Amino acid sequence: MHSNSAAAVGTSNAFHVEKGNYYYGSVLAVRDVFLEIPEKKITAFIGPSGCGKSTVLRCFNRLNDLIPSARVEGKITYRGVDIYDKSVDATELRRRIGMVFQKPNPFPKSIYENVAYGARINGYKGDMDVLVERALRGSALWDEVKDKLKDSGLSISGGQQQRLCIARAIAIEPEVLLMDEPCSALDPISTLRVEELMQELKKHYTIIIVTHNMQQASRVSDMTAFYNAQATDKGGKMGYLVEYAPTQTIFNNPSQVATQDYVSGRFG
Amino acid sequence: MTATGPKAFIPDEGIAPDEFEPNLVGRYKLDKVFAYASWAATIIGLVVLAFLLISTFADGLPRLGSSFLTSFPSRNAGRAGIASALAGTVWLLLITAAFAFPIGVGTGIYLQEFATDSWFAKMVEVNISNLAAVPSIIYGLLGLMVFVRILEPITGGRSVLAGGLTLALLILPVIIVATRETLKAIPDSLRIAGMALGSTRWQVVRDHVLPLALPGILTGTILGLSRAIGETAPLIVIGAQTFVPFLPTGLRSSFSALPIQIFNWTSRPQEAFHANAAAASIVLLVVLVSMNAVAIYLRNRFQQNR
Ligand SMILES: Nc1ncnc2c1ncn2[C@@H]1O[C@H](COP(=O)(O)OP(=O)(O)O)[C@@H](O)[C@H]1O
Ligand SMILES: [Mg+2]
Repeated sequence: MHSNSAAAVGTSNAFHVEKGNYYYGSVLAVRDVFLEIPEKKITAFIGPSGCGKSTVLRCFNRLNDLIPSARVEGKITYRGVDIYDKSVDATELRRRIGMVFQKPNPFPKSIYENVAYGARINGYKGDMDVLVERALRGSALWDEVKDKLKDSGLSISGGQQQRLCIARAIAIEPEVLLMDEPCSALDPISTLRVEELMQELKKHYTIIIVTHNMQQASRVSDMTAFYNAQATDKGGKMGYLVEYAPTQTIFNNPSQVATQDYVSGRFG
Repeated sequence: MTATGPKAFIPDEGIAPDEFEPNLVGRYKLDKVFAYASWAATIIGLVVLAFLLISTFADGLPRLGSSFLTSFPSRNAGRAGIASALAGTVWLLLITAAFAFPIGVGTGIYLQEFATDSWFAKMVEVNISNLAAVPSIIYGLLGLMVFVRILEPITGGRSVLAGGLTLALLILPVIIVATRETLKAIPDSLRIAGMALGSTRWQVVRDHVLPLALPGILTGTILGLSRAIGETAPLIVIGAQTFVPFLPTGLRSSFSALPIQIFNWTSRPQEAFHANAAAASIVLLVVLVSMNAVAIYLRNRFQQNR
């Protein structure tokens, strides 16, 4: 599980996580995470609820900083730089590492403004119309909304809203896209569209996706990390990384019994 | 359910039907009693209110003419008017809003959006909830001490500025609490979405949170202000005048206000002055009702937007 994943899928690494322990207050929520996330590939996080997939994901753009009780131990580097180092600015980091959430959360503004907002606050000087169109085309939404860019971002369907959120995220040209169960609030057809979109986006972005859907993980991802949770003596749950390997290996030939049980649907 | 269903659903393991005693007749009767009791309570409130309004309007309406609004106080009840009191109330309103709105909203935003669970923030919070419960006359004493005496070189003593500042202090807790409650109702997913795009906290508040929260904050502010302009006790304590034969000329001018004028006229023995008091009350009521109407309008718009 500590093997060099980048070599396994043939690129360099974007993130490198070493002995990550993640706390909320004094509670250790996830322990012993070692990961190497390859560039321009899709890495899936799977595992039962509450095992800490979102917690680990939110460390990559330091969104956990917003939770006062959250605390991180261990080292996370992005392209060789320790992202929890004092010299790293979390706001700048988040521009480079975009995120899409479980529930589509467009701003209550126009579709156009939703996409333009990130560029605007980050001091974009170019032609905004061009940027908005490019981002909406990039998220396969342009044809559906090009005649109603002034309509509210909340007026379109859930699946369209989620693609709007993807457009919003890629409008500021991030290098990485973090996706926390992006399809769990969507119908199967919208889900399929987002999955196709991910294959397209992977050419330009490193993607990490949390998913509950094992078929989805096996369909879209190159690498898969399986997390599990164990009961603690205090009655809580503690998540840990069970196995991290190329998706093929996780689904066909895992080295851990727990992984085998989970991917074959025997628990979770 | 087949044999594999949950145990509780198997009838003969549950409670036997004859152990229930629905007693529907009795429960409906109780229902009715409560309906009538609450109806009676409502009616009592309405009747008292209606009586008050009718007697005020009956006494005051005949006195309400344009000259009543434009005349200054006079020893002659028939010639007396509320020009200076109404102007004083408007001045107080503006001064109070000018101080209470930015400070109250700023404090609310700080406590809700920026403050961490620090010792300082907790202390401020506890103090604000306590302040909201302090009787208004105490604010009057505080205003007398701070704004009239200590800050006399700035406020000019018993001035409209000192009055406005005192009322601002009085409604600060109302505005702070209203601001915080409104901000609390804005979903966090919006803030997180903004932060994830590389916004700073202030950018998120300015661009996403405040536009949604503004109607709610304004509603709270207006309700606070309408409380302020009805206040009499603190203004009496800091020395509002009852006989001001001129409009306020500046912030340091002495002043009167509608509730003060009403209080003064009511305490005179002559009937004619009581009619003046009723007429002035109608004016104050109209001002209050229109402010509350604006607040309700804003609140409805706010609810539609969400
Ligand atoms: N903001 C938080 N404060 C305290 N505990 C949290 C918070 N978020 C998550 N946790 C805890 O951390 C553990 C992992 O949660 P999470 O990362 O959301 O899991 P997953 O995404 O795999 O379902 C859970 O036990 C959860 O209760
Ligand atoms: Mg989660």
